Amino acid sequence: MSALLSTRALSKSFGGLRAVHEVDFDLAPGEIRALIGPNGAGKTTFVSMLIGRVAPTSGSIAFDGRDITRLPAHARVALGMAYTFQITSVFARLEVAENVALAARRRLGRDRAAVARESAAALDRVGLGAHAGALPGDLSYGHQRLLELAMGLAQRPRLLILDEPTQGLADSEIEAFKVLIRDLAGETTILLIEHNMGVVMELAHRITVLNFGEVLAEGSPAEIHASAAVQTAYLGTGADA
Amino acid sequence: MDFGPYLMLASLEGAVTAAVLALMAAGLSLVFGVMRVVNVAHGEFYMLGAVLAWVVASMAGGGAAGFVLALAVAPLVVGAVAAAADVTVLKHLDYDPERTIVATIGLLYILQQLTLMGYGPEARPVEPPFNARIALPWVEWGQGGPQLYWPWGLSITSYKLFVIGAAAAVLAGLWALMTHTRIGLMMRATQLDGEMAQAFGIPVERVYALVFGLGAALAALAGVLIVPIQQAHYLMGGDALLLSFIVVIIGGLGSLAGTVIAAILIGMSDGIISVFFSPTLAKIIATLLVAFVLVFRPEGLMGKRAR
Amino acid sequence: MTARVLALHGGLIAVLLALHFLLPAYHHGNLARVMVLACYAIGYNVLFGYTGLLSLGHAMFFAAGMYGMGLPLHFLGIGAELAFLAGLLSAAALALVVGLLALRTAGVAFMIVTLMFSEAVYLTILLAGKWTRGDEGVVLERAERVFFGLDLSDPDIRYLAALALFALCLFLTLWLVRQPAGRVLIAIRENDERARLLGYDIFRHKLAAVVISGTISGAAGAAYGLLFGYVGATFAEVQYSIFPLLWVLLGGAGTIIGPFFGVLFMFYLIDLSSGITSAYMLIAGIALVLLTLFAPQGLAGELRRRRMRWLP
Repeated sequence: MSALLSTRALSKSFGGLRAVHEVDFDLAPGEIRALIGPNGAGKTTFVSMLIGRVAPTSGSIAFDGRDITRLPAHARVALGMAYTFQITSVFARLEVAENVALAARRRLGRDRAAVARESAAALDRVGLGAHAGALPGDLSYGHQRLLELAMGLAQRPRLLILDEPTQGLADSEIEAFKVLIRDLAGETTILLIEHNMGVVMELAHRITVLNFGEVLAEGSPAEIHASAAVQTAYLGTGADA
Repeated sequence: MDFGPYLMLASLEGAVTAAVLALMAAGLSLVFGVMRVVNVAHGEFYMLGAVLAWVVASMAGGGAAGFVLALAVAPLVVGAVAAAADVTVLKHLDYDPERTIVATIGLLYILQQLTLMGYGPEARPVEPPFNARIALPWVEWGQGGPQLYWPWGLSITSYKLFVIGAAAAVLAGLWALMTHTRIGLMMRATQLDGEMAQAFGIPVERVYALVFGLGAALAALAGVLIVPIQQAHYLMGGDALLLSFIVVIIGGLGSLAGTVIAAILIGMSDGIISVFFSPTLAKIIATLLVAFVLVFRPEGLMGKRAR
Repeated sequence: MTARVLALHGGLIAVLLALHFLLPAYHHGNLARVMVLACYAIGYNVLFGYTGLLSLGHAMFFAAGMYGMGLPLHFLGIGAELAFLAGLLSAAALALVVGLLALRTAGVAFMIVTLMFSEAVYLTILLAGKWTRGDEGVVLERAERVFFGLDLSDPDIRYLAALALFALCLFLTLWLVRQPAGRVLIAIRENDERARLLGYDIFRHKLAAVVISGTISGAAGAAYGLLFGYVGATFAEVQYSIFPLLWVLLGGAGTIIGPFFGVLFMFYLIDLSSGITSAYMLIAGIALVLLTLFAPQGLAGELRRRRMRWLP
């Protein structure tokens, strides 16, 4: 099987604390995968290692058949990975259009027309076209999340990692987000960290459950929903569902 | 003089440098440790202490009384000036590290240039309260075993011994203050987590003003102690700041014990290095040492690696 | 480039050219000095204002340009043209080495490291007193200061040469910050972690910014030595690292036109106060404190915030 992304025995400990422990993980091209688990299960640490923000203690990561374990973050992005932050991280004092242009420009370089086209398309796609000239600092929180997403899209990534994209969004915005992700499904592979079980069950092709830094279960939404282990570890608590 | 006695003399002189340096660097380290700001004007507080010592001593008509008065007054005045600077300037910058450095550079020039205007460009001495020469013995292997003798030139003054003792006493007092008193507890709590300390009802703003004042007072005290040995001059803060930086960075920022050990190391080696190198070359080595420690071992030579 | 941006910056150059014919000798000489120092400020601004890296050691680059030009010119007689180039290369090489080391640190540590490297350069100049003559410095003869047939000691030529260099630095940086790479520098200033995760190699961009900034500063130093015929250790002192910070803070960090006005304003403030007191650094000190407290955006920065959003 040719996975787009795979990890083998990927581990990270902080001091004595095992945040992620020997995770084997495979992501098929074109898939929408959700990564769920209770708070502190190691989800963010895991994806931080995938994108290169955190160095693993041991184990390996491969992207498109190539070992990227030692590659710096910017080089991984250049290979076609994109990451949107859990806590909104945009250039608050640069115009919305420039935020997205910065994302597009790495790939398109000096071609100003192409950058402008790509930025406008990404903004339109998330519904921020009317706000191109605004400063992100002046946007609502929901719109800032969408801008973050547009910056991901403008990179035309082969793998898009979304760290809790619907956190803090209104219900109507979540509906629009679901439409957008379904629309993207044919174009790119998506790894979604998500607390909102409604979003997960509707969008994900497969779900991986992390608990105490280890893979507790993996399967289709229906299988995960039926799993007793997941019920006790996660859904049973009910708090985040 | 033979090499042995000479080395002993250099070490004693080095111990005096180390004592003064330890006081000054302890102030810088305290401010960084608790407030997480680098005070570039620290050398000027030292200079101000020395200049005020001259002012107070000459107003009191010189003599031992004048010096003792200066020892009490100068650190208080300088501490008050620093606390005022904290409340009027640094507080309003929210102690942002970079903006604080820029502001303390401004403060450096304000203090230095005001001193130039008021005190003038001359270097002026203050008479030590006591200055008996104490000759020191050296051991020599003569016929029939070791013999004590008093080499010519191997001596130290009683005042220099006093400086070493005074610095040790003040540092011990500072340690006791930090570890055994309520105010020390507040400082340490603020150092660990300012917001949390605030939540527990510690008046963080007042602790900051106090710490900044205390740090400056330590520098001023060092200035008063040094002025009978070196003269007071409005530009004396620059070199002192550089040496304190070296001490604090090598000792590990914010650690009192590391600071004292590094001060002894630097103070002693300063005397010995200057025997072999020109002062300029010694200073080049010192500045590059600070730079390379920060680049390759930012936790300090003696500090523990963080995280 | 939009028309109004071009008009504003071209207009400044035109006004400075017109002043060449209008100013009395004293102010004419001052303005030539201000323009060269403004190049230094522009160089500093590339790193501080556009990349967000606060250096406390830019005097080393100014001095590297000045001595890299002055020493070969004076002792090897290589001619002003080659000497100027040597000054540029010295500054660029120093900036590369300092950048490779200092960029391993950030924030306060970066400030202290640059301060220390600059101090080491200053002390080295003193140590090599045999050639540099330390604080006393080296005076460049009139005959040495002939640049492609132009006698740079002539006040008129000096003014126009300063203006040419200033215009070059101004438009070079204006061009730079509108390039894709220049936009990345701004992105690094705003949020370097985000810029990194957009796939930009932050270290290489920062290093490039240090080298560009250091080279422009070095060009200013070399030009200063050539135009005013003097190469001295004063220009390597810590004060000359603080000045560009002050100028840029005053004029407006991260604006193209701000540094010039920062230098102009500060130059005349100190010039006027020198009649009252010899302690002219007092003015600098007060200005630094007031600026950090009340106007961290500077003159041009405030202007941009209030009404001219388009100001580059």
